[in-house]
Amino acid sequence: MFAYIVRKLLFSVVVLFMASVVFFVLVSLSGDPLLNLKQNPRIQQSDIERLTAEYGLDQPLPIQYGIWVGDMLHGDFGTSFEQSTSVNSIIARRIWPTVLLMGSSLIFTVAVAIPFGIYSAIKKYSALDNAGTFFSFVGYSMPTFWLGLILQLVLGVYLSSWAGVRIFYISGMTGSGGLIDLLQHLALPLITLSVISVAEFSRFQRSAMLDVLSSDYLRTARAKGLSRRVVYLKHALRNALLPTVTVVALSMGAIFGGAILTETVFAWPGLGFLLADSLFKGDYNVARALLMISAALIVFFNLVADIAYSLVDPRVSFD
Amino acid sequence: MVDQRRDMGPRAQPSPFEVAEVGGEHYGKVRGRTQREIIWKRFKRHRLALVGGAILLLLYLAALATPVIAPYNFAEIDYTSFNQSPSLDHPMGTDRLGRDELTRVLYGGRISLALGLAVGVFSTVIGATFGIIAGYYSKVVDVLTMGFVDFMLTLPYIPLLLVMGSIFQFTAVTITIAMIILLWPRMARLVRGQVLVVRDQEYVQAAKAVGVSDVKIMLRHILPNVVGVMVVEATLIVALAILFESAISFLGLGIQPPTPSWGNLLTDARSNMIEQWWLTWFPGLMIVITALCVNFLGDGLRDALDPKAVE
Amino acid sequence: MAMLEVNNLKTHFKTQDGTVKSVDGVSFSLEPGETLGIVGESGSGKSVTALSIMQLNPKPPVEYPEGEILFEGQDLLKTSDAKMQKIRGNDIAMIFQDPMTSLNPVFTVGNQIREAIRIHQDVSKDEARKRTVQVLRDVGIANPEQRAGEYPHQYSGGMRQRAMIAMGLACNPKVLIADEPTTALDVTIQAQILELMVGLQEKYGTAIVMITHDLGVVAQIADKVMVMYGGRAVEKGTTEEVFYDPLMPYSWSLLRSLPRLDTAGEVRLLPIKGSPPSLIFLPKGCNFNPRCPFVKDECHEIDPVLEEKKPAHSAACILSVEELEQNKHRVDEQLGVEG
Repeated sequence: MFAYIVRKLLFSVVVLFMASVVFFVLVSLSGDPLLNLKQNPRIQQSDIERLTAEYGLDQPLPIQYGIWVGDMLHGDFGTSFEQSTSVNSIIARRIWPTVLLMGSSLIFTVAVAIPFGIYSAIKKYSALDNAGTFFSFVGYSMPTFWLGLILQLVLGVYLSSWAGVRIFYISGMTGSGGLIDLLQHLALPLITLSVISVAEFSRFQRSAMLDVLSSDYLRTARAKGLSRRVVYLKHALRNALLPTVTVVALSMGAIFGGAILTETVFAWPGLGFLLADSLFKGDYNVARALLMISAALIVFFNLVADIAYSLVDPRVSFD
Repeated sequence: MVDQRRDMGPRAQPSPFEVAEVGGEHYGKVRGRTQREIIWKRFKRHRLALVGGAILLLLYLAALATPVIAPYNFAEIDYTSFNQSPSLDHPMGTDRLGRDELTRVLYGGRISLALGLAVGVFSTVIGATFGIIAGYYSKVVDVLTMGFVDFMLTLPYIPLLLVMGSIFQFTAVTITIAMIILLWPRMARLVRGQVLVVRDQEYVQAAKAVGVSDVKIMLRHILPNVVGVMVVEATLIVALAILFESAISFLGLGIQPPTPSWGNLLTDARSNMIEQWWLTWFPGLMIVITALCVNFLGDGLRDALDPKAVE
Repeated sequence: MAMLEVNNLKTHFKTQDGTVKSVDGVSFSLEPGETLGIVGESGSGKSVTALSIMQLNPKPPVEYPEGEILFEGQDLLKTSDAKMQKIRGNDIAMIFQDPMTSLNPVFTVGNQIREAIRIHQDVSKDEARKRTVQVLRDVGIANPEQRAGEYPHQYSGGMRQRAMIAMGLACNPKVLIADEPTTALDVTIQAQILELMVGLQEKYGTAIVMITHDLGVVAQIADKVMVMYGGRAVEKGTTEEVFYDPLMPYSWSLLRSLPRLDTAGEVRLLPIKGSPPSLIFLPKGCNFNPRCPFVKDECHEIDPVLEEKKPAHSAACILSVEELEQNKHRVDEQLGVEG
C-alpha cells in the first residue's frame, strides 16, 4: 500500500516537472513582457535595462527556468510584471473565490447527479429517465461561457426586471456583503459551472448503475430473500458508486477549465479570471504560476482518484 | 481464399440462410442477420441519433455550400443597417458594423464544423495507431507510450490552449493542430484499453499460432473490435473540439476577427446582450445544436455497436 | 401431496420478436430428501423453470399463462413478493453457476452469509457469526474464522462454490435448487462439490433440484431425472430407468453422444445433428423431429404428450417401447456394436 502511494507520488512529481518545462517554454514564447514598457516613450532605457536585469530576462532560457523552478520550490512564484507585486500575494487574494466556486459546484453536482443517475437506472426508460437523459445531452453540449451569458440575461436581467427586485447578480462576488448577498452572486456562476458536470456525472452514474443492475450477485441477493430495496441500496449501490469516485476526481481538471470561462463571464475574482487576464496582458510570471497550479491540481486529483479507488474497492491489490 | 472460412474471428458469419436449413422446411425460412444489418437495425431504433445525424448532414452541406448560399459577404460593412433585429433582409439581424449575422454564422459554421471534423478524424487516427501498437505489443512499448500519454492527459486543455493562443495568433489550421495534439492521447488510452481486452481473446491467439503477421492481426482482428469504442470517442472528441474552439475564440485567444467563428461572434455580442439579443442567441444555439447532434449520433452509435446490448 | 409440486408450468417471455416459450407445460414433484436432476441443453428451459419456482424471472417480460407451483400447498405463482421473500433463502434456496460473479465483490463472504441468516432468523450478530463459521466448516472450508473475513476474489473457484452452497444452506432450507453448480469448475473440483452436496443432503435432509447439462453429474447424485427439450419435459423417471433404458430418442441420443469408459474404443459416438430449436418458432409436431434419428412422418403432425411407458417412467414420443427398441438395435447393428 505504502509502496504504491510512493510510486504514484514519484510519477506525479516527474509529470509536474515535465509540465513545468512545457509551460515555461510556451509562456516565454508568448512574447516580451516588457513590450508595453518598451513602447512607452516616457520610460527610460536605463529603467528598462534595470528591469530586464531584475527580472532576469537577459539570462539564457535554461537559466531563467532554473531560477524559476528554484524559486517555486521555495514557494516563491516571482513578481508580477503587471502589478509589480509578488505573484504569491496576487494569487493569495484570488484563490478563495475559485475554491468557493469550484467547491460548492462539486458539492452541488454530486448531490444532484448521483441520486439522479441511480434513479434513472432503476427506472430505466421512464418519463423522468428519458427527460433526464435529454437534458443531460443538452447540458453536455452547451458551451459553458454561453450558458453563463444566457443565464446572465435570463435569470439576471430579465428575471430581475420582471420581479422588480434584484434576485441574482450577474457579476462580481460581493456587493453589499453578507451571506445572502454572497449567495445571490454565487448562484449563477455555480449553475453555469455545474451544468456540464451534472450532465456528465448523472449519465455516467446511470450507466454504472445499469451495469451493476445486470450483475449476477444481485440475483443471488434476491434469491436469499432480500427485498428489492435492500438489494438496490446495499448491494447495488456500493458497487455502482465505485467508478464514479474515480470519474469525479479525474474531472477536476476539466472543471477548472470551466471555471476559467465562468469566472471570466461573471467577472468572478478568482484564479480563472486571472489566468485569462494575465495572458492578455503578458504578465508571464502570473500566467506560469497559474498553469503550474492547474497542472498540480490535475495531478493531485489523479492521485486522489487512484488512492481513493484502491481504498474502497477490495479487489484492488497493490502491485 | 482458403482462409476465409477458417478465420475464427468474430466477423466470420455463416450465410444468413444456413441458420434456417437446420430446421429443414419445418421452420420456414428464418433469415439470420449479418453483423452489419444488426448494427444498422439497432442504430435505426435511436430516433434521436437519426435526427441528429440528419441535422449534422444538413449543417455540413450548408457549410460546404456557404460561399454560394450566403446572402452577403461576411466582412461587408453597411453603415446604414447596423444593429438591426432579424428581418427578411437579415434573417439573423446585423451586428454593430452592419454586417449580416446570418452570413457570419454560416461562415463561422464552416470553420467550427470543419475544425471539429478534422480534429476528430486526426486524433482518432493518431490515437488509435498508438493505442493499438501500445496495447498489442505491451511491455516496453506499452509503458513508454502510455507514460507519454498519461503525461499528456494531465495537461489542462483550456489553460494550455489559452497559452498557445497568446503565443501565436491561432488560425483555423493552427488551432486544429493544437487540439489534435491535445486530444489524441484520449483516444490512445481508450483504444489501448480495448486492445488489451481483445488481445487475449482466443481467435487472436489462434491467428498468432498459425503465424499471421502482427500487422495483419492488428488490422484484421483487433481493429474491427475496437472500432466500436473508437467511433464513439471520436464523436466525443468532435464535440469537444467545437466547444473548446468556441470557448477560446470567445476569450479572444482563438480564431481572430475578421474571420468569423461562432466563438468570436459571441465576443462581439457580449457588449450588447440585452438589446441585440440575436447576436447572442443565434451563434450560441448553433454551437449547442451542433454539439448536441454530434453527441446524439455518438450515443446511437454506441448502442448500435455494443456487442453486449441485449435485444 | 408432494412437498414441491409443479403442474403444467408455462413460463413465457414477451419479446420484440415474439413470445418466447421458455417453459411450455412442465410438471414434476419433489419429496423431502429427494434429489431431482433436470437435464437438457442450453435453451431447453431448465434454468427458467428453476427461476420460476423462485419467482425470480424479470418481471416485465415474463408471464405465467398456465400452471401452478405448489410448495407445501401454496401456489408460488400467486404468492406476493413480500411472502416470497420469506420463502427465498429460507425454505427454498438457490445457488448459481458462476460463483465469481454470483458473489458480491465488495462484501466479505462472511458478511454475505450472515446476511442470509439474519434476514430469516432473529438471532444476535454473534449467533449469526458463529453459525456462519459453522456452515463454512460444514462445506469443507479450512480455517473458517479467517475465511469469513475475506473477500470472494481471495477464494479459489472451488472454495467460492462451497461458500455459495454454505450461503444456500445457512438457513436449513427444505429445497436447494442448484443451477449448474459445477459447470464452471474443474473436473476434479466438480467431483468434490458433488460429494459435498450429497453429504450435506444426508446431514440436513434437504431436497435438491440439480440442473445440469452434464449427464455424469445426474448419474452421480440424482434419484430421479427429468429430461427437458424445447421447453418441455420429454422424459421422466428414476435415474436408473432413464439411463439404462431411455424411452425418448432425445435422451437416447444424448447418452449415445457421450464417451463411456466401459465401451471406450468399441462404440462409435453419435453426435446429435443440428442445434436446439428457437423457442419462438418451434417446429410443427414434435419439437425434436428435425434432429431425431428415428423420425417418422407422423412426427411432423402429432405433438407427443408425456405418457407413462413403463412403471414410473414416462416419455413424450409416439413410438412405442418396442418400436424404439427396434430402432436402437438397428443403429447399433449398423455401427457393428452389441446392443
